[in-house]
Amino acid sequence: MKRLSEERTKILFEKLAKFIGPNIKLLIERPDGLYCFREQKDRVYYVSEKILKWANNIPSDHLISVGTCFGKFTKSNKFRLHVTALNYLAPYAQSKIWLKPPAEQQFLYGNHVSKTGLGRISENTEKYQGVVVYSMSDLPLGFGAAARSTAECKHAEPLSTVCFHQADIGEYIRSEEDLL
Amino acid sequence: MDMILTKPVVDGQKYKSIEVHKLIELNYDLGTLLAEDTNEFDVHHLRKDKNDYLLQLSRDNTQLLINQIWCLPTERIEDAIVAKLPIQKTRLPRMKHIPKPRPLTKWEQFSKAKGIVKKKKAKLSWDEQLKKWVPLFGYKKTQAEREKDWVLEVPANANPMEDQFEKNIQAKSERVAKNELQRLRNIAKSKNIKVPKVGVSNSEVSSAKDLQAAVTVAKASTASLGKFQKELPKEKEAKGVSDITPGASRKRKMPPVLGDVEKRENLAIVDTILNKRPKLNIEKAVARHINNEQVESSSMDRPKSVKKSGRKSKDNFKRPKGNSGQRTGGKSGGGRKRR
Repeated sequence: MKRLSEERTKILFEKLAKFIGPNIKLLIERPDGLYCFREQKDRVYYVSEKILKWANNIPSDHLISVGTCFGKFTKSNKFRLHVTALNYLAPYAQSKIWLKPPAEQQFLYGNHVSKTGLGRISENTEKYQGVVVYSMSDLPLGFGAAARSTAECKHAEPLSTVCFHQADIGEYIRSEEDLL
Repeated sequence: MDMILTKPVVDGQKYKSIEVHKLIELNYDLGTLLAEDTNEFDVHHLRKDKNDYLLQLSRDNTQLLINQIWCLPTERIEDAIVAKLPIQKTRLPRMKHIPKPRPLTKWEQFSKAKGIVKKKKAKLSWDEQLKKWVPLFGYKKTQAEREKDWVLEVPANANPMEDQFEKNIQAKSERVAKNELQRLRNIAKSKNIKVPKVGVSNSEVSSAKDLQAAVTVAKASTASLGKFQKELPKEKEAKGVSDITPGASRKRKMPPVLGDVEKRENLAIVDTILNKRPKLNIEKAVARHINNEQVESSSMDRPKSVKKSGRKSKDNFKRPKGNSGQRTGGKSGGGRKRR
């Protein structure tokens, strides 16, 4: 477990800002104690200081995971979010997409969202902005990147992609071993 | 007379019979003088007197083996009878590891991958100019070269004052040196020795990676170890040059700080990201324009059904939605500070 370098912190926050914008501050400044980001084997964990102190007793090569895994840094030093971060992204998300019930399964199998599956989209969604995907019953299913802005969505063809898939809760089953 | 008569009898008792009876015949491999007895032990006998029984058994088996050897063709060499052993059937394991093949040199690896096959060259070749046979290498070849190159042409774009002979000698010695370097490098590679890096050798032959390494090292080579050097946009640091970069260690570790301090640092980073001046986002501007047009056109259609004039004016008043859109900047309030 080590601290993120300044460069990597910047990359991480830039990615998070795409989804939750200024709400990142709420992740760092929490009323219920200190929380921080730690890095282990290129994976970023969001941990409370209290748990971190306990985790320090364990040698790092024995430690599999601490706190919540937010994602990982690729070899080319880009940050990729994992589904496990959804719990923290969903409440603060700035733009959202709601899926019609038949499109839910398609999304949970890792497919992009086409316009036919789009139930609702929050206003002022920009193109390529990070969006959190909900079911119609307001259950967060995953997240992705908006392929079209809200205005463009209205005129899009029915089969064209509206949201690019990035992560979904189906991954808990599909790629269990990659998630940690 | 008595003694002579009794002696064979005594001998017969002293030496055991060469006839041995076995239920199952032994397996022989005479090449290695090996006999294998697959008969069962006489358990009763074995328990009673182990040493004696085993001694007996081994004697019998040895006798059988020697009987077999006597069946082989023999010859007499200087008072000794010698049997010719057949080729051995049993395969013995080797004592030492099979020696590893010599690791390929860099050129051998390359030629193998490319499928380049070495061509055999003739040792002598006919030289038209000298009218004689010249060997491929050796002192006679050098002599022939010297004879042939008694005068050298100056290339059109070369400096006329340059000594072409000197240049040839220089080029030759450089080739030899390069070959020697490569030879040593191959040896080091085969013995797994790490060769120290030379750094950046020649700007003419260096690759993009070498140049990146050169930039990284050069930037760190200031009195303050490159702390105040400016970064180019999208500049990446070269990897694996920490041993020749001043002030760099292989593992860079962030110093541990208190949670509060870390939080403050993180918040500062967040602020820099959020306060980035948004560049003119054409996509967004176009989208907003389209959106406005749609709203406008829909409101133009509306008066046919809704004939309230007051409502229309209210719509017009509301349309320019300043300050209500999503701002990436963290500042609240309108516009930037003007002085």
